[in-house]
Amino acid sequence: MIEVNDIHKAFHGEEILKGITTTFHRGKTNLIIGTSGSGKTVFLKCLLGLFTPEKGTISYDGENYSELDEEEKRRLRQRMGMVFQGSALFDSMTVEENIMFPLKMFTRQKKSEMMDRANEVIDRVNLENANKKLPSEISGGMQKRVAIARAIVTRPKYLFCDEPNSGLDPNTAMVIDNLIQEITVENDITTVINTHDMNSVMEIGEKIIFLKKGFLEWEGDKTQIFKTDNEAVTNFVYSSNLFKKVRKAQLQGF
Amino acid sequence: MFYLDDIGRYFLMIKGVFSRMTKGSVLRTLIFKEIDDLIIGSIGITVFLAFFIGAVVAIQTALNLTNPLIPKQLIAFASRQSVILEFAPTFISVIMAGKVGSFITSSIGTMRVTEQIDALEVMGINSLNYLVFPKIIAMLMYPFVIAIAMFVGIFGGYIAGVYGGFVSSSEFITGLQDEFVPFHLVYAFIKTFLFAFLLATIPSFHGYYMKGGALEVGKASTAAFVWTTVVIVISNYILTQLLLSA
Repeated sequence: MIEVNDIHKAFHGEEILKGITTTFHRGKTNLIIGTSGSGKTVFLKCLLGLFTPEKGTISYDGENYSELDEEEKRRLRQRMGMVFQGSALFDSMTVEENIMFPLKMFTRQKKSEMMDRANEVIDRVNLENANKKLPSEISGGMQKRVAIARAIVTRPKYLFCDEPNSGLDPNTAMVIDNLIQEITVENDITTVINTHDMNSVMEIGEKIIFLKKGFLEWEGDKTQIFKTDNEAVTNFVYSSNLFKKVRKAQLQGF
Repeated sequence: MFYLDDIGRYFLMIKGVFSRMTKGSVLRTLIFKEIDDLIIGSIGITVFLAFFIGAVVAIQTALNLTNPLIPKQLIAFASRQSVILEFAPTFISVIMAGKVGSFITSSIGTMRVTEQIDALEVMGINSLNYLVFPKIIAMLMYPFVIAIAMFVGIFGGYIAGVYGGFVSSSEFITGLQDEFVPFHLVYAFIKTFLFAFLLATIPSFHGYYMKGGALEVGKASTAAFVWTTVVIVISNYILTQLLLSA
């Protein structure tokens, strides 16, 4: 569980996050949504420890990040997995080497043990015949799978995903969403996903927070978001023509 | 103020490079890879340049020795002094600022743009140590490249001088041994070690702290070349004043 209490973050005097308080639960897919410039990425980077908030606290299962020393922070980060928007795979390494990289860095396992664990997660994310390929030789969807495999190989307690569906076709995006949700439940981890994909919201939004101009505007789940009266949220949700038609039909009682 | 800020960040980066060391077995692999990329990959161009620089120095000296009273072995003496004192350590380092420097900046810059550096940080890895430290250690081999450049440069002078008909082989060899000061080699290698450090760290700085996309990677590479060259030239002047003028 991640508890966020009144965090503020500013850059060059401009406040980007203006006092966000929320809780992300274990075993659930928690979504951060909002329009561009709402502070989603800054918020996610604060959760990852890449940015330090000026005010407020973030606690990971009761451990207050700002009160930890450098070594404890490093240990905590090793319990985090991250799937970046562009996958962020190391392009000089093969798929297998990318996945084994965190194991090489933080464990004293033998190569055969690392290979076994890598193959286990490769199977889990359904990556076939790609072990020896370079990231540039595989598709965007496969790169996302590799990124997920690398993020979960060390059995993290917290999984963060920044726009995991960007650049993917709707089918592949759905497969990736479902994969993340299954992994969250199987491993009982706290997953936080930064997205603006409404399909993801409908599929896996067990907890959703909506950010607007650095404030937490609304929070709820995937059923509540379609019933809310909050204008900013409805404008966001029904911004596509398809959803507008659905909304119109809802209002007409269909 | 802008430059002071950059200079301050450069020294903070150096401090960051030597803290929170990466696992030894991983570092070893990275160092060997960097030696291959930065050192072995530079030998070919260094040999090529050094040979022709040495040859041109010998020809230029020969063509300017019009007084018959000046012995021909001065051609070898001038080639040796020019190559050992300046052309090998300084000129080759300026060339390396282009070759090795732009490689370092663009590879680290691309990692920044594609969030690979963020990925390292999220994993709890000191990305500065992981990326820059192996380059600094690999560049400790750089004096070997310069030693090869010295040898090949003088050999180029010999070929151009002797086979161009400017000086006999025995005169050239005698000239090479004339008034040889061993400290000049020490001076050249002191410079080389400093230049190696600058070649590894200044381009890394420009790559690591760059912001933006592909266009900015190109701009950072150009800036890295310019600043590495400027710092090499200035430190060359200071070291020469300190070591040879005393």
